[in-house]
Amino acid sequence: MARVVYPKVVTANHLLEGDVIYMTASGEWSRKHEDAQLYEDKNEAEAALKIAKGQAHMLAGPYLADAQIGENGKPEPVHFREAFRTRGPSNYPNHGKQAEV
Amino acid sequence: MYNYNQFDHDFVRNRVKEFRGQVERRLDGSLTEDEFKPLRLMNGLYLQLHAYMLRVAIPYGTLNSRQMNQLAMISEKWDKGYGHFTTRQNIQYNWPKLKDTPDILDALADVEMHAIQTSGNCVRNVTADHFAGAAADEIEDPRPTAELLRQWSMDHPEFQFLPRKFKIAMTGSPNDRAVTKAHDIGIRMVRNDKNEPGYEILIGGGLGRTPMIGKVVREFLPKENLLPYVEAILQVYNLNGRRDNKYKARIKILVHETGIDTLRGWIEEVFKTQKAHHQAPPAEMIEAIEAQFQPPEFDTAKVDEDKLSKIISADPLLRSFVETNVSEHFDSNHSIVTISLKPIGGTPGDATAEQMRIMAGLAEAYGYDELRVSHEQNIILPHVRRDDLPEIYKVLKEAGLATANVGLLSDMIACPGMDYCALATARSIPVAQELLNAFEDLKVQQDIGPLKIKISGCINACGHHHVGHIGILGLDKAGVESYQITLGGDGTETATIGERAGPGFSYEEIVPAVSRIIDRYMDIRESGDDTFLDVYRRVGADVFKDALYPEEAASA
Repeated sequence: MARVVYPKVVTANHLLEGDVIYMTASGEWSRKHEDAQLYEDKNEAEAALKIAKGQAHMLAGPYLADAQIGENGKPEPVHFREAFRTRGPSNYPNHGKQAEV
Repeated sequence: MYNYNQFDHDFVRNRVKEFRGQVERRLDGSLTEDEFKPLRLMNGLYLQLHAYMLRVAIPYGTLNSRQMNQLAMISEKWDKGYGHFTTRQNIQYNWPKLKDTPDILDALADVEMHAIQTSGNCVRNVTADHFAGAAADEIEDPRPTAELLRQWSMDHPEFQFLPRKFKIAMTGSPNDRAVTKAHDIGIRMVRNDKNEPGYEILIGGGLGRTPMIGKVVREFLPKENLLPYVEAILQVYNLNGRRDNKYKARIKILVHETGIDTLRGWIEEVFKTQKAHHQAPPAEMIEAIEAQFQPPEFDTAKVDEDKLSKIISADPLLRSFVETNVSEHFDSNHSIVTISLKPIGGTPGDATAEQMRIMAGLAEAYGYDELRVSHEQNIILPHVRRDDLPEIYKVLKEAGLATANVGLLSDMIACPGMDYCALATARSIPVAQELLNAFEDLKVQQDIGPLKIKISGCINACGHHHVGHIGILGLDKAGVESYQITLGGDGTETATIGERAGPGFSYEEIVPAVSRIIDRYMDIRESGDDTFLDVYRRVGADVFKDALYPEEAASA
């Protein structure tokens, strides 16, 4: 069975706090996954990742993560690891991004 | 305990100063992440899933109240008001900000602590029996040796770029509470025919992807030969350990591929040269270290055991605490208290700043100012007068620290897993919490008896699952969390790697699966003294596999 190829988002950790960030359509960075730009095209995704890699002064460890359009019409993670990154640790609901919701 | 001399103070302060400059250069863009990463890791700073993580070394798990209070202060000032005590006897902060880390390291240096060599392919924090210097079964306190190894390995120029990380564990007792057989080097104090104390040296133990039990490379090593011998092991490993494959780079693979007898020959050959040329530490230096680990001046007033016994008998909860969390001390007026960091619903190993202060306060008031961190993620008061036990219990109870579960089912190890760790393949903390909830009744746990459940969130096995009586390994199976069970592991002097039971279970299925194992054990044990491990060793894995996989058993 052919492996499903998902669209990508560019994600990284913010340099100062290490918080998870996502690249938006305007090339800015957001702390919310739903703000992420979703790249259907592999080359566009790679180009965006290259831009992220050039921003080492404000982030660390950029990479492409699988994502898809969710029920609310906004990008959502595919893999559970990426889903955890959008929230924070499950043992402290008041820590991480989930605390801000 | 060991106090820094001027050299130690200067070394640690200079390192913080150096790191402060490196952080500044990272923040102003002079250093890329690729350049900065090895520098931050050399100072214990990781980048995890949601934030940075700072791993602070607690050499051989020994702390005083001043240090514990400082750890509390750091957690409040620069983190989220708690710390996570680890299976390496360290503490980890999960939310430090990059720009604050030099200040944190300075605050640690104020109390003679640091985060050096808590990462990287070097000799890591030397761990030791958490009952060291207090245990009734001890030949000698292993900590002076562990401290000597700490000093020797700190910034050792030859061993900063080993093929892979290198972990040394020590025990001074025949009852191994330090999992020495699952370390790169395990050192066990023994006596020879002439009743002289020395060391039995094991190499090549380790968990992770390829779990191995350490093999004896030297049955008896005179104490004065320790450093040249350990240096010989490291030299042989440094030259011959595999650097072509990260997963085959630990010394256990070298032992496995070369054979212990051949390797012993190589080590003995190097040892001969080392012994001839090695400048042994001056006797006064060894004596100075040993002097710092002398037992405290114990209060020798005889404990009124009859009176104490009446007080304990009158309070069932206190009695339960004393039965499970209090161990025998070599001095009959004293006991060892284990403070469980495994409350129902809690995170194994976590303590709030307030709890740290309370434990520090107890150490100061009742415990000759000593605390220990155990590899099982608990805190130990190694020396307390027995007639202080009721008062200590009362203070712990008010702080939510009196869970009477040491050695029982809920006293489990769990690594941070995918709630924090960038390497994890599945979560482990919520599995531990669900298990704690499922077996929250301590009476049920006491009835089940001694049982060690250990949970890792990836194959690296920080949660020691291979040596759990019941081990749980969390994996990513085609994008879904899946948990593999191992049975019959043991981390003590009778160390055994657990046997994989069969196919994994989903997150929802794992707690019921563990419950089925325990139900089966309860059904077949012969008496309350017939422990899980005894039964497993007697009847074998199949009986438990039948309980784990009832459908397969029915169709067989």
